[in-house]
Amino acid sequence: MKMQIPFAKRTLANGLDVIVHEDHQLPMVAVNLWYHVGSKNERPGRTGFAHLFEHLMFEGSEHHDHGYFPPLQRAGGQLNGSTNADRTNYWEVVPTGALDLALWMESDRMGYLLPALTGQKFNNQRDVVLNERRQNYENRPYGLAGIALSAAMFPPDHPYHWPTIGSAEDLLAAKLDHVREFFQTYYHAGNASLSLAGDVETHQAFELAEKYFGGLPAGPEVKRIRADAYLSESKNLLMEDRVELPRLYISWHSPAMFAEDDAELDIVADVLAHGKTSRLYKMLVYERRIATDVSAYQLSREMAGMFQIACTAAAGIALPELNAAILGAVMELGHHGPTAAEIERGVAQTEAQFVYRLQTIGGFGGKGDQLNAYNTFVGDPGFFDVDRQRYFDVTSHGAAAAVRRWLLKAPPVSLSVVPRGRRDLALPDASEVRVS
Amino acid sequence: MTVDRSRLPVPGADRPFHFPRIVKRSLGNGLELRAVRHRSVPVVSMVLLVPGGSSVDPADCHGLVSITAGLLDEGSRGQSALEIADRVARIGGDLDVEVGMDAVAVALTTLDRFFDTGLELVHEIVTAPNLANDDFNRTRNLRLERLRQMKDHPAAIAERAFARVLYGSHPYGHLSLGSETALTSMGVDAARALHAALFTPAGSTLVIVGDRAEQELLDRAAAMFDSWRAAASPMMIDRMAALVPPSSTPQTGLAVIARPGAAQSELRIGHVCAPRSTPDYHALLILNTILGGEFVSRLNVNLRESKGYTYGVRTGFNLRRGLGPFVMTTSVGTEVTGPAIQEALGEIRDIAGDRPATELEVQQAFASLSKGYPRGFETAGQVARSVSQLALHNLPDTYFEEFVPRLAQVTADNVSSAARQYLTPAKMSTVIVGDLDKIHASLPGPGLGPHQVLATDF
Repeated sequence: MKMQIPFAKRTLANGLDVIVHEDHQLPMVAVNLWYHVGSKNERPGRTGFAHLFEHLMFEGSEHHDHGYFPPLQRAGGQLNGSTNADRTNYWEVVPTGALDLALWMESDRMGYLLPALTGQKFNNQRDVVLNERRQNYENRPYGLAGIALSAAMFPPDHPYHWPTIGSAEDLLAAKLDHVREFFQTYYHAGNASLSLAGDVETHQAFELAEKYFGGLPAGPEVKRIRADAYLSESKNLLMEDRVELPRLYISWHSPAMFAEDDAELDIVADVLAHGKTSRLYKMLVYERRIATDVSAYQLSREMAGMFQIACTAAAGIALPELNAAILGAVMELGHHGPTAAEIERGVAQTEAQFVYRLQTIGGFGGKGDQLNAYNTFVGDPGFFDVDRQRYFDVTSHGAAAAVRRWLLKAPPVSLSVVPRGRRDLALPDASEVRVS
Repeated sequence: MTVDRSRLPVPGADRPFHFPRIVKRSLGNGLELRAVRHRSVPVVSMVLLVPGGSSVDPADCHGLVSITAGLLDEGSRGQSALEIADRVARIGGDLDVEVGMDAVAVALTTLDRFFDTGLELVHEIVTAPNLANDDFNRTRNLRLERLRQMKDHPAAIAERAFARVLYGSHPYGHLSLGSETALTSMGVDAARALHAALFTPAGSTLVIVGDRAEQELLDRAAAMFDSWRAAASPMMIDRMAALVPPSSTPQTGLAVIARPGAAQSELRIGHVCAPRSTPDYHALLILNTILGGEFVSRLNVNLRESKGYTYGVRTGFNLRRGLGPFVMTTSVGTEVTGPAIQEALGEIRDIAGDRPATELEVQQAFASLSKGYPRGFETAGQVARSVSQLALHNLPDTYFEEFVPRLAQVTADNVSSAARQYLTPAKMSTVIVGDLDKIHASLPGPGLGPHQVLATDF
């Protein structure tokens, strides 16, 4: 079954990519704007900046120096934004009649943010972000594990070393001047991609994009960064946390998004830990009952990926037992590959996920977001079918080779997260790691 | 083309939207069928709604409904849990068994070409689960581990304590997962008896949404479910028990669950409030939107945008078949716990008193709720769930069509009197999960009375 997201694309004179997709099912349009900047563009000592900046984008711009939410919510719109290591996105899903309003506001904050930026807004949003950090990381069980893993996987000067939320210390040291500099460097038409998906005619969408964004400056060219990372030897780490049950994380370097072996490792992650029939769930949770849950992901990003397995022990079980079982299953996959049935199942699930993603025009993961993701990372909004085809092409042989290349021949970082005072449950000889 | 940046563009008129047409059929066994045609992508969604969720748990058996529902996809008709999971995976199915306070919903979304297989799966797991002893024990142990892990989650601890503080021994006083004591003492026989008593065609509703003619959707569903017969059960369940109001036992004004070293304080504030059937439902929606229902609500603007106390705060009237609660939910910095509670209670007091909702606020809340309304009908799954809610709350088929016109009739006076009638700050309970030693000094004394310290597994 061939499936597409039909679209039209134009690039404005200032470099802004505009992508339009018509879908008239609902009287709504999804506006989606990606800036190709994320925490990977930060530097040590100034972490957390891209995300703090995203917050400031909702605090008003020169010609509408009030909150960004009220006019749009009161027009029946839904809106949000998010930041990760590679990009920052902003979206509004609005009734068709409010499309002009959304574009007016998005373009005002692209063109005229700085005149409205004050020290007071800055201080307030920094407090909000510090609260976000406490709520989602510090006060959440296992919440700091991801931060510790990235720090151990990538050297201190690598852009994936620090977390997008940033360190509390850097956030407290951030200055308003840094914000200005950041905006001037990264927030302009030439570094952005705009998609309009939904109840709008293509020609009208292009006209509106030109009207609101065409007059904005292109801005300086953004240099794409590249950085390699590998581990020369395995690392064995330990963290005590306010948790009832210990959890083991194992993490390897893996291919970047859309790179060779990326799709293979996605399927491998499914075979290992997606659903009850997956190898690790079946063995550890269903049969031996020494774990309460297990997950595996190929976390692929623009410059590099991480293949990560996480497994929570059942009460009374120590992590070495889980470690041996997990590594055994990985080795087995590297030697013999998935069965034909496992591949078929993995591909069926992946295919369905691709179709489910076509159900919404906007928001996180909707069609507008998808078009921008493809445009930003591979320069082609129509990458949908190529992307999907990668999974149909996965073979047992290819998956086994990917496992050998990335997981068997390379050292991992292991992290034992154990209840306070229960280091005896961790992998032996682990060294303690702290996250500030 | 130049842009006039001196003022914001005024949104144009709403384009018409037609709400889903619901086609009905009743089967001889009492099962109600609903079908809706939805033409976006080749996907079909179905929801089987069985009234009586965790509120029909027997008093000494909290968690029984949830574990029984959880066992549905742990093996059926002699096949193991792994075989069932394999069949779901092969159709790329998204299967979800959700246990609410008022109902159990078995939901499946799959690709259109697997419609028949999907229907067969739902039928099989609901009508012929194995309910085997070994699967029961395995599932129970996983749930006991989850209860242990809940102690790590401030939000989960707060939810559990809040339900108990508000409802005591009422059917809404416990969460669906139940308690360690109850789970440990229950056996598979109880699950079998409950399954027979709860999962009956009479009273249940099956909603199917997909891109096929409604009659075809109904025909296939009827062919599959026509032979479903309720089994005899030694257990009596009372689906009406939750409709009895909770006893007005002495209120706990302020309860604290100590969490030394917590980075934040998790808060819940509220009281028992109203049933879904209240005639003031639309006024309550507007009231909630103004008070804490959206980003620009009074509470979020005050606590997040102006004070920087929190990453976010929201309120809700969680209306149910019986009396549901009003609740404010947030997580705040440890050092501002006391002031945050005072501010929150102040906002609630104000909207029910000295600073009632204004005309403008009501208009704005109406716009927020009405203009985006079609968004809730974008996916087949959303439509199926919405239609199943009509069945649960006995709402007419014209409900969606009438929603906006009815909302438009709500006046500022209606909202103010709803606030006075449904919000009583003096009777609200506050639950805090946080570092008791550090927040102690900042706790509000007057008005809330002395705090009561609760155990984590309370």
